[in-house]
Amino acid sequence: MAHKRREMLLDPLVDNNPITLQVLGICSALAVTSSLQVAFVMSLAVIFVTGFSSMFISLIRNQIPGSIRIIVQMVIIASLVILVDQILKAYAFEISKTLSVFVGLIITNCIVMGRAEAFAMKNPPLESFIDGVGNGMGYGLILMMVGVIRELFGSGSLFGTTIFETVNNGGWYVPNGLLLLPPSAFFIIGLIIWGFRAWKPAQVEEREYKIQTVEAH
Amino acid sequence: MPDENEQQPKGFIRRFLDAPPDSVGKTIFVAVAVCLVASMVVSATAVSLRPIQEVNALKDKQINILQVAGIYDPGTDVIEAFQAFEPQVLELATGSFTDQFDPASFDDRAAADDPATSVALEDDPAGIVRQGKFVTVYLLRDEAGAIDKVILPLHGYGLWSTLYGFIALEENGNDIFGLQFYEHGETPGLGAEVDNPRWKALWNGKKLADAAGEMQITVARTAPPAGPEHHIDALAGATLTTVGIDNLVKFWMGEAGYQPFLANLKAGGI
Repeated sequence: MAHKRREMLLDPLVDNNPITLQVLGICSALAVTSSLQVAFVMSLAVIFVTGFSSMFISLIRNQIPGSIRIIVQMVIIASLVILVDQILKAYAFEISKTLSVFVGLIITNCIVMGRAEAFAMKNPPLESFIDGVGNGMGYGLILMMVGVIRELFGSGSLFGTTIFETVNNGGWYVPNGLLLLPPSAFFIIGLIIWGFRAWKPAQVEEREYKIQTVEAH
Repeated sequence: MPDENEQQPKGFIRRFLDAPPDSVGKTIFVAVAVCLVASMVVSATAVSLRPIQEVNALKDKQINILQVAGIYDPGTDVIEAFQAFEPQVLELATGSFTDQFDPASFDDRAAADDPATSVALEDDPAGIVRQGKFVTVYLLRDEAGAIDKVILPLHGYGLWSTLYGFIALEENGNDIFGLQFYEHGETPGLGAEVDNPRWKALWNGKKLADAAGEMQITVARTAPPAGPEHHIDALAGATLTTVGIDNLVKFWMGEAGYQPFLANLKAGGI
């Protein structure tokens, strides 16, 4: 059992990553990755919300009527998101000003709903919690990878600490402005997906259409 | 999974828990219970964290006043630096300061909601519905005690939200030093580019009125006939936010806004 739980926690990092394999939660991954600090707080918020929403939903899973289950899940998820937003506003005001819109959008993050519906409704609370945290971490891992690339090459710094002195500040590094704009995250996530699938060919989906070869007679 | 319910007497709640999940009663019960618990958790958090959030919001407002006046460095002690400002409650209609209220505790937004201290606007280009008769303004004086800059609050509707901000004017009441919004909910990347330092820098050195005293300040894609010194370029991809800012600046700098005060300032009556 312990081995299985470990697997549930670590599986979503690479082998079953919600972003690179299931391609969920892309929109917020584009928006919050231009600075690492913001990406990091967003990752923590999503880990918290997926973990606890899965746990609470799983706790009452046998009582949730099928007809209103999505709404019940949404109420729980939305409450947790408001909780996170309020805590950020109180203890990390600067970050909350940049993140506030996106924290609200965690409600619509497909990963949270996906885990609630696909896993928490059918599994016990502890397993659901681990699964939620694991998937949140998988999301966070990609966010951090994209964030490192975007912040380092876009503004020459990591976590706000200057690594490459930019030309504007009298240094040598000419920052790549494209990396500060959301579309660049598309390219980076695309490259990461390519990298993951080259490393683990099992992740490559089968083609939906096959080009038929004409049989040679 | 073992059945934990076996030994327990069947109470009111237990009967509900044992009912089939899809019955009508159960559906309503679960919906109400989940909503009740969730709303209690949410409101408890909101209420208990509010004092800390209010301190944060006040500090943020002060930082913004320092920034718009161009005297903010990330390292400065906000409360200490803020001592440089002289807050005053301004009566908009007369354009002079009033002692009726304590500037330190006067709440502009509460006053704008109170019928006694506000007016419902009929001509309302800025989309603010009610305008307070009194606002808190901040004066920055030089060593000799003469006014160096005035920082005036303004707000108005953009695309999604009311934008709250400050405009800093030079002592002549016509040259803009800077403009900055400290609270808004515009689209990140488009309307929220009002926070972009490069766009904010456009405001520096612009003039509100022309030599004849006509208000000419314009936020638009193309420069007005009055000339580029009255023109701030529009935000690309944020037409409605730009229109909102254009309206609110014109409104607050106009007759219903700070015009009487600016006239007093120019005449040296402050």
